Amino acid sequence: MPGGVGAPEAEGSPDEGGIAGFSREEMHALLAEMLLYRRFEEKAEEAYAIGKIGGFCHLHIGQEALSAGAIGPLRSDDQVITAYREHTQAIAKGISPRAAMAELFGRVDGCSGGRGGSMHLFDPSVGFYGGHGIVGGQIPLGAGLAWAIRYRGGDQICLCFMGDAAVNQGAFLESLNMSAIWQLPIIYVVENNGYGMGTAFSRVSVTEMESRSGAYGIPAHTVDGQDVLECYRFFEALAEEVRGGDGPHFVNAVTYRFRGHSMSDPVSGTYRSRKEVESQKRERDPISLLRDRMFEAGLLTPEELQAHDDRARELCADAADFADSSPTPDPATLYDHVYAEVGDRGRLFLDGRDAARAAAGGAGR
Amino acid sequence: MTEMTYRDALNAAMLQEMDRDDSVFLLGEEVAEYDGAYKVSRGMLERYGERRVVDAPISELGFAGLCVGAAMAGLRPICEFMTFNFSILALDQVINGAAKMLYMSNGQIPVPIVFRGPTGAALQLSAQHSQACEVYYAHAPGVKLVVPGTPADAKGLLAAAIRDDDPVAVMEGELLYNVRGEVPDGEHVVPLGVADLKRSGGDVSIITHGKMIHVALQAAGQLAQDGIEADVLDLRSLRPLDVDAILATVARTNRAVYLEEGWPFAGVGAQVASLIQQEAFDDLDAPVARVTQADVPMPYAKNLEQLAKPGAKAVVEACRRVLYLG
Ligand SMILES: Cc1ncc(C[n+]2csc(CCOP(=O)(O)OP(=O)(O)O)c2C)c(N)n1
Ligand SMILES: [Mg+2]
Repeated sequence: MPGGVGAPEAEGSPDEGGIAGFSREEMHALLAEMLLYRRFEEKAEEAYAIGKIGGFCHLHIGQEALSAGAIGPLRSDDQVITAYREHTQAIAKGISPRAAMAELFGRVDGCSGGRGGSMHLFDPSVGFYGGHGIVGGQIPLGAGLAWAIRYRGGDQICLCFMGDAAVNQGAFLESLNMSAIWQLPIIYVVENNGYGMGTAFSRVSVTEMESRSGAYGIPAHTVDGQDVLECYRFFEALAEEVRGGDGPHFVNAVTYRFRGHSMSDPVSGTYRSRKEVESQKRERDPISLLRDRMFEAGLLTPEELQAHDDRARELCADAADFADSSPTPDPATLYDHVYAEVGDRGRLFLDGRDAARAAAGGAGR
Repeated sequence: MTEMTYRDALNAAMLQEMDRDDSVFLLGEEVAEYDGAYKVSRGMLERYGERRVVDAPISELGFAGLCVGAAMAGLRPICEFMTFNFSILALDQVINGAAKMLYMSNGQIPVPIVFRGPTGAALQLSAQHSQACEVYYAHAPGVKLVVPGTPADAKGLLAAAIRDDDPVAVMEGELLYNVRGEVPDGEHVVPLGVADLKRSGGDVSIITHGKMIHVALQAAGQLAQDGIEADVLDLRSLRPLDVDAILATVARTNRAVYLEEGWPFAGVGAQVASLIQQEAFDDLDAPVARVTQADVPMPYAKNLEQLAKPGAKAVVEACRRVLYLG
């Protein structure tokens, strides 16, 4: 059994039959969760290949431990905001695989009604605030969510994810500074998969990731983003510190993307070798890592693993069937939700639609 | 003439200009090692080395500003935005920096820079990645803007933009990169401010720019089946604007439709319609019609996206409307 697993903050003694304070059930749950994420992404990949999903589609395969390990320990009223590689994060926060898949398919039962697509999953009722496509764009928004928590005197926290390349945006630096000044309840998590598209982080930064928050007086941490147990314990403890008023924290979670940047990019190329990808997949797959540890500790049988996998596949097949049978959005809704309030004075839409409605006796003249 | 893609034509223009002027360099995300996100700069790193073909971090505000500064110092940067959607982050440096520098400095500091990349929607890229950015740029005095719609114009206009002493935005189209066409061999420069009549009809004028010329030509083809012959005027350059060419086609047909990819409010068509009514009021037999994207952020769902985008059908309808054909 590997030793030294889990963050030092982990309290209590290991449950009998568990590893590093995790009970057998907890580990099975984490394994099942990650398998669900993996199968969901593979299903999305399949659906993309046959044209059910269009546009940009960024898969999280290889990075699943962070969804289970960072979002898993959060309270349901805590908040998550992130970039466009967010399918599994949305599911981890409570969006159903059905609603997520239907969104990828662009259907009405999607969590954004089919308007958002792969990059823009939303469901504030479960504390998931998107799904953002402009690199770094979500970072100030995360600070704003945290601001609102503090303003209302709540004890929730905000988890704000970003890719490694996003830390070079001014919006990142400005947000860190503000969250430090105002001691906002936010954890910035860099999913450091080493590359922004085809550019290695080392080519666009002369310092290590961990040093990026120091200038703003924000404590930095590095975690192994492939080790779900370490992530879980770490974020569990950190969330409580931030909830208790400790101010912002910055986490460099070291991970790896097993697929191309998006569905239209090759897995490897001039920027990273096939050999590198293959060795990461062999040695650093978060699911295999947990599985093997559980096998070694006698906490998992091949039959149990199979059962988890079957269940995951079932859920994802069901999600895809659900998505496929969900209707496409009603064309009559095209103008819905551009504005929250469409009054009856003045013309809001300038493309002739309001004029047509006015001619028909409606609003908009 | 050689047949090539729009992508290769842009590449050819950069080679043509970088070969003749060492002060020209290319900087942007993924332009060097990755050959450009859309492979426009293929082979350029190898040809010019890291001094002149430079991968930037994802810092649009910063690297656009850096390029503006380099231009203030007399270099001639080609600043590539992976798409113009991301240049919205950099607009302060474009509008408050590049656009105003010459004027604020009383003519002492020109800013010979090119901003280039794709504008507008591709396929199902959703709201944040599907917007036409022309008017953000064209609105600001001090910025020039060209919008090539064919491979030949892509080469000629980009070359002219690089040679120009002012900030010039060159807006391309993701869906144009694979379009093929004949491109003049050797040195090819298309002057800014010269529109091109892509089709000569005489019954109605479809005035447009950029990738929409292909939609306009398609609409013109459909109209022709009903015996209606349309002029298709490709402005090619929005600032400077070839007002003479606009007035000439309107004088010939007495009816105009402006087609653009962007939103209607203060759109390019609004400007052109205003010009026509001011300078050619007596030529008009009908109000100028406009065809734009629906006045909504671009939705992801395929059916809604199709509905939101301006298409040939809407152009045909608009042409029939200004011809009073119902
Ligand atoms: C402002 C902006 N610039 C460029 C892009 C194009 N783009 C999309 S993702 C990406 C790379 C981001 O890498 P990283 O932040 O490391 O996240 P990862 O994709 O690795 O999860 C780029 C350049 C964008 N979406 N937004
Ligand atoms: Mg990355």
